[in-house]
Formats: sequence, C-alpha cells, structure tokens
Amino acid sequence: GFSLENCRRNAFLAKQGAEMPKSRKTGTTICGVIFNEGVVLGADTRATGGSIVCDLNCEKIHYIADNVYCCGAGTAADTEFTTKMISSKMELLKLRTGREGRVISALRMLKQYLFRYQGHISAALVLGGVDVNGPALYTVYPHGSTDKLPYVTMGSGSLAAMSVFEDGFKMGMNEEEAKNLVFHAIRAGIVNDLGSGSNVDITVIRKGNVEVFRPYQVVCKKSERAGDYTFPVGTTVVTSSTEMVPFSALTVTDEEVMEIS
Amino acid sequence: MAVLIDSKAAMEPTQHRFSPYAMNGGTVVAVAGDDFAVIGSDTRLSEGYSILSRDVSKVRNVTKACLLGSVGFHGDVLTLTKMMDARLKQYLHTHGKEMPCEAIAQMLSTTLYYRRFFPYYTYNMVAGLDKQGKGCVFSYDPVGSYERESYRASGSASAIIQPLLDNQIGFKNQSNVDTSIPMTRERVRDLVRDIFAAASERDIYTGDEVEIAIIDKNGIETVRYPLRSD
Repeated sequence: GFSLENCRRNAFLAKQGAEMPKSRKTGTTICGVIFNEGVVLGADTRATGGSIVCDLNCEKIHYIADNVYCCGAGTAADTEFTTKMISSKMELLKLRTGREGRVISALRMLKQYLFRYQGHISAALVLGGVDVNGPALYTVYPHGSTDKLPYVTMGSGSLAAMSVFEDGFKMGMNEEEAKNLVFHAIRAGIVNDLGSGSNVDITVIRKGNVEVFRPYQVVCKKSERAGDYTFPVGTTVVTSSTEMVPFSALTVTDEEVMEIS
Repeated sequence: MAVLIDSKAAMEPTQHRFSPYAMNGGTVVAVAGDDFAVIGSDTRLSEGYSILSRDVSKVRNVTKACLLGSVGFHGDVLTLTKMMDARLKQYLHTHGKEMPCEAIAQMLSTTLYYRRFFPYYTYNMVAGLDKQGKGCVFSYDPVGSYERESYRASGSASAIIQPLLDNQIGFKNQSNVDTSIPMTRERVRDLVRDIFAAASERDIYTGDEVEIAIIDKNGIETVRYPLRSD
C-alpha cells in the first residue's frame, strides 16, 4: 500500500505557503484501435514536468501480459507503478488458473484499484489485447470508470488524435490501415499539442503474436548543430590529484569462509 | 485500505476571478557585438497546451538603428508596441531625426513604469547601435527596471538558455579559453540558431521557427531557420 505519514506535515506546509514539488506528467497523446485481427496501440514519447521536457523518448506503452498491453497518460509514476502492479497480479493469476490471461481481468483489477483511491492516483489508461474472446480495447479513467470501444484516445492530445480517428476509422480494417490511422492520430497530437512530442511508438497485438515498433516513426528529428561545442582538454583545471590503488594490486594474505546461519 | 478524502476542499467557498493576463510563451535572445547587435526570437504563439500561431515573430523594427523584442502576454506586447511606435513618430516629427537607441531604451523604461500598478505583462529587450556605433542590448523586467548588457535571454526558455550564453559568450565556468577568437556576425548568428535549437528540445513553448535579425551600420538583415514543430 502507501505510506501516509507525510500527509499531515505536507498539508501544514502547503497552508504556510510552501511550494509543493511538481510531479512529472506525461502530457501525452495515446490511442488504440481494433482491426480485423487484433488491436493497435499508439503513443507519443514526451514526458514533461511543468513546461520543461524531462524525457524526450520515454516508453508509454506498458507490458501487462504477453497478450495484453496498456498505454498510460497522467502522472508518470502513477501509470508506471499501477501497470507494473497489475502486470504482476496477471502473472500470478495465470499461474493459479493455468490459463492465458484475459484483457477483462486486467480491466477489473485496474478499475477496482483506481476507484479505491478516488482519483488521487492520476492514471488515465488505454488497455488493449487479444484473448480467447477475441480483440478487446478499453479506456480506464483515474476515478475508476471504464469504456469498451472500437477506437479510443486519452491524454492532453486526445482531441487532436480523436479528430483523426473520427475522420478515418472504419470497421474491419487490415493491419496496415490500422497502423497508418494510429500513426496519423498520434502525429496530430505530437504536432498540435504542446504536452506531446518526439516519436510515435506503436504496438500491434494479434492472436499469439505481438509486434513492438519503438519508434514506428520519428516525427521531429533533433536538428544538426551549426557550431562545434566540444570542450578541449584543460578546460576544467585539475587542482590536485591522488593516485587510486587498483583492487588488483592488493595481495590476498589470508582467506576464510564463514557460514551465516 | 483507508481512503484519503480531502473533505475541506469541498466545504470552503471558492471565488472565480477573471484574469486579465494570459501567458503566450516565446523566447527572445539578444547579443551585442563590437559594431553590430543580434536579436532572435522563436515564432510560436501558444496558450495552455495549444498552439495559436506558428508564424508570429516577437521582434519588431522600431527604427533603422533599433529593434524591440517582447514576449509574455501578447495582448500587452501589441499594445506596448503601438504605444512605442506612436511616441517614436512624435519624436521624429518634433526633432526631425530618428530617436537614438539609448533614448528609446530609456523611454521604454518610463513607459513600463507608468503602468506600475497594472503592468504590461511583457519581458522586453532592446537591441541596436549606440551613438558610438557599438552594439548595445538592454533587458527589462515587466515594470521597467533595465540594464545595458552584452547578452541576455528572456522569455519561457530563458532559464535554459542564459547559462549557455554565459558559457559561450561570457566564457564563464571554464578555464584556458582562447578569448581571442573574434565574435563575428556569422559566429553569433550560428550560436543563436543552435541555442534556439537546443531550447526547443526542452521547452514546450519554444519552437516552429527562429527569426534572427542582425543590425549594423548598413541596416537590418533578417534570416529564418526551422525549429522543431512538436
């Protein structure tokens, strides 16, 4: 569970006017679409802390099980720990039942966990996978509600991505059409939303086979620098130096094995 | 498992206030050379997480010898620019000559301080040539405190850029540097271009294009380079 020992102190400090540290959010555009053989999940790769980009290439499509993956938007720590925890529970369930995991099991675990925390765990997820019941795609909101839909988007860039989906989605697409649609949806988020950026990551889940494209496409490349900024040796002045004795130079004089009971 | 509910937040009365300001982002960098000055800005205008425009330069020609760069709340940027243009025109008609750069710098300071109790939410920079023909850069805070400097970054990415300027132009935090390398227009222009490229990697409000203006006794030359559009 969580340790709540600092809560009272933090509330007191906040009242005094102290600034609370900003948690790292993933800004984000994530989406998913069902096609004729399975599910395609897509995500951008920018993580922001306020208006600064913390990570230019973070991974937002998380592994839940061999046949179930989950995209995460919201607070980065929350999505990471929540998906890791549910992934662990899915593995234990698989061992207990002797069966391949189902998307709906992960869904139930996620929504019951998030509802218990009343929205304080800021994780907005797109859960997708293929199991015995066929392909499945869900959204999970921070307060614990879920939707089952053929195409979904989440995150700050969700409106940009959804506008592409609403224009281009049709039932029964093949894999290439689905990947292309997801790519354009995420790209719309990357280019139009300031909280999303860098590359498009795509994961294709089919029965018995998962293909991870990381990156599927680099939308914004780092530009070439016109100047050379390498610092020559001697730029940092060495004031004093001590020679460190390497470990291999030590001689072993006596050896004794002791057992810890 | 115990659930943490903040019941106090629901009880206290909330008051909704209209904010007269908005943050439209953007960054301006200015460098003063021996006989030239360089001022560059990105061309992105944003609000919240949205982009309002990819082609709005924050640098304006105010006279043949002076450029004004303003970032912050774009509404105030436009009004302040209008105000300055009007005053400069008055000066031109009264004195028969254009206002010199240092005088413009002083006038901007008093214009900003006039609104001390309802400020122009703008971070300004004036770049040009002084009476001796040397490059000069003046940087301001929103209420008119100003200082002549040899280089300055202001705007949303200023905290990222200023240390880089200190290192590359001020030669700070390094030893055994060859300071005899001449600070030419091309070197400064390339440096400002690289600086904006680096800033647009890490600041979400900086990007799209960088417009760099180089001012010397022959006039003002403007050049644009593309930046990241994400």
